[in-house]
This record gives sequence, structure tokens and C-alpha cells, in this order.
Amino acid sequence: MADRKVDEETGVDTTGHSWDGIQELNNPLPRWWLWTFYLTIIWGIGYTIAYPAWPMVSGATAGVLGWSARGTVANDIAEHDGQNANLVTALLQADMTTLPENADLNRYAVARGGAVFRAQCSQCHGSGAAGATGYPNLLDDDWLWGGEMEQIIYSVTHGIRNEVDPDAHWSQMPAFGDIFTKEETAATVEYLVSLSSSEFDATLAEEGATLFLDNCAACHGDNAMGDRAVGAPNLADAIWLYGGDREALTYSVENARFGVMPAWGQRLSEEDVRAVSAYVHALGGGE
Amino acid sequence: MAHEPAPSLYAAQEPVFPRKVKGFYRTFKWWIMAVTLGIYYLTPWIRWDRGPNLPDQAVLVDMANRRFYFFWIEIWSHEFYFVAGLLIMAGLGLFLFTSALGRVWCGYTCPQTVWTDLFILVERWIEGDRNARVRLWKGKWTARKWRLRITKWTIWLVIAMATGGAWVFYFADAPTLLRDLVTLSAHPAANITILILTLTTFIFGGFMREQVCIYMCPWPRIQAAMMDPDTITVAYREWRGEPRGKKRDGTAGDCIDCMACVNVCPVGIDIRDGQQMECITCALCIDACDDVMARIGKPRGLIDYLALSDEEAERAGAQPRPLWQHVLRLRTIIYTAMWAAIGLGLVYALFIRSDIELTVSPVRNPTFVLQSDGSIRNIYDVRLRNKLGDDRQFHLSLISDDILRIELEGLGRELAIDVPANETILQRVYVTARPQDPAASRNSTPLRLWVEDLGSGDKASWDTIFNGRESQ
Repeated sequence: MADRKVDEETGVDTTGHSWDGIQELNNPLPRWWLWTFYLTIIWGIGYTIAYPAWPMVSGATAGVLGWSARGTVANDIAEHDGQNANLVTALLQADMTTLPENADLNRYAVARGGAVFRAQCSQCHGSGAAGATGYPNLLDDDWLWGGEMEQIIYSVTHGIRNEVDPDAHWSQMPAFGDIFTKEETAATVEYLVSLSSSEFDATLAEEGATLFLDNCAACHGDNAMGDRAVGAPNLADAIWLYGGDREALTYSVENARFGVMPAWGQRLSEEDVRAVSAYVHALGGGE
Repeated sequence: MAHEPAPSLYAAQEPVFPRKVKGFYRTFKWWIMAVTLGIYYLTPWIRWDRGPNLPDQAVLVDMANRRFYFFWIEIWSHEFYFVAGLLIMAGLGLFLFTSALGRVWCGYTCPQTVWTDLFILVERWIEGDRNARVRLWKGKWTARKWRLRITKWTIWLVIAMATGGAWVFYFADAPTLLRDLVTLSAHPAANITILILTLTTFIFGGFMREQVCIYMCPWPRIQAAMMDPDTITVAYREWRGEPRGKKRDGTAGDCIDCMACVNVCPVGIDIRDGQQMECITCALCIDACDDVMARIGKPRGLIDYLALSDEEAERAGAQPRPLWQHVLRLRTIIYTAMWAAIGLGLVYALFIRSDIELTVSPVRNPTFVLQSDGSIRNIYDVRLRNKLGDDRQFHLSLISDDILRIELEGLGRELAIDVPANETILQRVYVTARPQDPAASRNSTPLRLWVEDLGSGDKASWDTIFNGRESQ
């Protein structure tokens, strides 16, 4: 062992290390601190044995305790489901038309439905349910197939114009590009514009009105107010699914546009269908 | 020159055996210990009636429901700034006291000091005073030593367990939790907390003691920065004491080198070496020295509370400055002013707090909804909070310079909402402008939502914006 050296300036022992005349003083660390350090090493080794830690060729060591973050989440979800079991049962037995009267159950259904919506429905209808061109806005009071709770549940369960559910809502508008002349299309479009705007060619619109009565009113109604039984949109209101200017209307009349929605009854549990319907009903347009 | 081996890089703990001491500061410290420990152990058992729906414990941190109860004050989680403000006040208060009176926190009220003091009291009671303890420590592990050690450790453990036990009572209803603890049916979190706090109290108070202050605690370093030559602290009047010794030729100072101040020191230092990082200013050396001075017929205060600037002044033969000049200086006045400003701010905030609250989050996805009749609707998520102990009916209303119509999800034009006691509920609110109204087309229209508890007349409001068609 090296000899003891004391720094003259401070009277403190040095480690004996010296660089360019600069000496390293030795203010010793408490020994228990060193033990704590060793203890943390031992603890660390034990920890890596108990929990997943060491990287291997594929994956990592599993740890003798069998703990995993995924397992914790699964347990949390199971626990959560257990806590909500009564609410789920109540939701399945509830008369959905009077659901909002049961504040607690309604809150649960809307919260659960919101989660389902964001996961399954937001891809088309948008995270805020505001829709997009061709995808209906679910916040407004305009409904193609009806906005009552039971109607929403039906639409969610069976979907729209899909090939998998025979009970899916189904309707199809003919493509009038093959039936109308360009002039007839233009006249019909002018009539449609006249229904919700004050700037239109009155003569042309009058001509279009006749064409509308002969060709369109069977589904869209004499007053163009639509018919929810066949999913025919109201053409006299302020809302246009595919756009309300002349260009967009011309395209719609000539090509007949419509959307498709999956039958969620085949993909979601009954409680999720009910929950997401309650959520959509509570967005503002529910009837 | 003899060859001495270089010292190790690691130092063993030097055992400290503080001797019993009597005097003014010791008595004062006993009182502080009794009061602080009394507050700590008894507070959870104080009851406070808050009505049928709320806990009746005066001081309760209710983690599960995110509430903090302090007698008549109830803090919700969103009002945590009150707690933050109190913590800042505690910090500033510590700065104030340290700059004025040195490390009084360390010496008198720090839990580490108080519990160590208590543990040393037990130690002295079981094993005797300093000399007996030194002998016992040096002696072999005889049956007597085992008996004394085990008795001491057992009592320490009981105190430690009571300490950890008292802590958990602040977080749950104390009588219920005590019953659960006794019947071994308490929540694991309570048992684990008690176990950890029992161990830390046992180890820190019984074995680590001054090591905690010197090596683990950041305060000694920070507090040193708060002190200056005007700070009143525990110091040795070197001019009076030196040269120390028992010479009787008239050249000796007052210090007779009896080591009383060293023997009573709980951190094992010699105050005569000057200000040291280890010193917690517990003032026990003052008591010890005063006792000796009285016996040899010298005036008290060889070791005393004094400002370091006074020590120099006295050495030069000048009069020390009066106490108030040391305490009242710019630094302490600024600390006091800041402390008081935050305190007054908190008190003010506490008094203007309403028992009912609303927060409004405008739904901005989308910014507005076009209705089939061409009217424009904005949606707001309104959170209504009833901080009262009973169910209330809140009435929502809207004020704006323009024509706007308010409706509630599920309730329509019925604007009364039932809010259960101590709950926050989320209500979706619709505000609509007809197509011909200016608000429908304008970019944005300011509006204010009011909520009123019709029972008590309490009101709260929130200003927000209505988006028209031009906002897109």
C-alpha cells in the first residue's frame, strides 16, 4: 500500500494521484454507502432474474415471476370488465328508447360507445362524427335511415348496402346519365338548386320540376323531402352529402352516388352495438 | 518519517454516544418533540362533521376520490395549486428561518432530529448514559448486552411501527383502517407503507442518525447558502475561550477543555472548530457549556446563539449589534414579503372559491354543425361540479349580444340539471343560431354560460365563443 500523503493547503489526505502537480484529495465516502451500492447491484441482478430483462436471440428472458406488461393490462381489463359486469347486463336488458332516463346507465353506454366509435366508426365518419363528403355527418338532424334509437341500432347492426347481411338497408338510385339528356339533367339540377337557394333560373327549374315529379319523386317524394323508408335523402334541406353546387349535383344525377356500411352486428358484441348507438344518438341529432 | 499507509477511500461510521444534558434548550426541545409528535400521532383521530355524504375525518388525503380534507377546507384535485402554494410557502418559510436563525429546522423540528432524539432517549433509558453505552459498545456480546440490545431494538421497533401506522391513517378513515389492520384485513398498500416506514424509522433513527443529515440530506448544502454573517447561529466565542486549558496563570481563556460540548453533540463534532456542515444547530452544546460555566463561576454563553459578525465585533472589543438588527434585514424582509404575498393570495383564492363550478370545453371537431334548416349549431362539453354535501339542481343559461338558443342533450329546452352531491357531471350543450341570425354567418360571437344553483343562489360563469359559417 502506498504511503499516506497529506495535502499541505487543506490538511486533507490525498489519494496519491497527481496530475501536473494537481493532487486528488481523499474525503472518504462512508462505507455504508459502498454497501448500499453493492446492494443495488445484487438487487439489480435479482430483478433481472425475476422480471423480463436479458435480450436473447428472439425476445428476452421471461423472468421467473412470469410478469409481463401485457399480462398486467389484460388483468386490468378483466378487472374493469368485472366491475362493469352489472352495467353490461343492465345495458343488454334495457329498453333502449328510454335509456337516457337512466342517467348512470346512459353515461356508461355513451362512454363505452364513444370508445367503440373512435375505434370502429371514425375512419369514415370522422373522430368528431362530422362525416365527410359521402360519409354522413352524425351530429346534425338530417338522417337517411332515421335518427330514432331503434333505427340507429338497426342501421348499426345490419349496415347499409353490404353483401353480407340480407337485412342491410338497401336502395339504389338509377344513374340518370343513361336516361336523361344533358339538357334534362341540367333542368333537374336547376330545380334541385331552387329548393334551397334563391339564385336560380326559374324557367329551367320549372322544366326540371316536371322531370323530377316523373322520375325522382317516387323515392325522394313530391316535395323532394326524401323518404327514410328507402334511404332517399331530403333534397330540400340545407345538407348535401355529396355537395350541393350544380357541378356536384350534375355528377350525382348522372352517376347516382351511394355509400356502403358494414353490418356491425356481425363484428361487435350486442352491448357494443347498443353502446355505440346510444353514443350516436347522444351526439345531437338523436330523435 | 514513519511510513503510514494511505487511508482508505471509504470511512467507517464513527459511533456517537451523546451524553445527557439539561438546560433551557433541552427543555425547549422536549416541548417541541411532545407537540410535533403529538400533532403527528393524534391528528388523524380528530373528527369533523361534514354531513352524511362526506368523510368525518378532520385531516384526510382521499386518494381514491381525489380529495383533500383539512377541517373546514376541502381541496379538489383540480385545486391542487393550493397544495403547491403551501409547499412554496413552506420553502420560503424555511429560507426565512434559515437566513434569520440558521438551521433551526434541522435542530428542532426535522423529523430525523425529533425521532433520533426520541430513540436516543430510549437508548439512554435502557443502556444508561454516555459512559455506560461506550462500555457496552466496546464490551463482548454477553447475555446482558444481548438483553439490553434486544430490549432497545424492540422499543425502537414499536415506535417505528407506530410512526408508519400513524402515516397511513392520514389516507383512510382512521378507526376503520385500525380495525382492518388489527384483523389483518387491511389493504396491502397500507401494510406495505407501514412496513417501509417502520423500517426507515427504525434504521434512520436507530442506526443511521447523523449519517442521514451529513450524507443523505440535501438541506445542509442548500441551507448553507441561506446563511450569512448576520445569521444567528450556534457558535463558540473563540476570543473568550482561547487559549483553552486548565492553566491558572491568568493567560488562559474561559474554555477549560472539558469536552462537555463534544460529548453531548448528537452529530459528534466539536463546535469550537467553527461552523461546520455537520452541525444541525440543536443547541445542546450551549446547555452543556452553560452548565460548566456556572460551575466554574464564569458567565454563561461561551457557546451561544450569536451572529458570526458579532463574534468578530466582540473580539475587537466592540458591542454586538442588537438582535433585531440581525433579524430585520433586507433579505429576511424580502422572504417575509414573498411568503406573506403567497399566503394572502391563497387565502383570497380560498374565499372567492364557489361551491359550484362549471368548465366549458367547446367542441372544435367540427367547429360547427350545419342543421337541415340551415341553422348553425355549436356544441360545448360542460362540466358541472357540485362541491356541496347534498344533491343540487343546476340551472344553465346563456347571455350574448346576439340571438342564440341553448339546448341540452337529453333534456332539450329544459335547462335544469340534477348534479349529485360531490360530483362532477358532463353535460353536452347545444347553442344554435337560426340562418338569418347574425351569429350564424359571423366568424365568431362571444357568449357567456351561467350556471346557478337555484337552492343556494350560488352562480358561476364561463366565457366562450360561438363559431359561425365564416369560421370555416
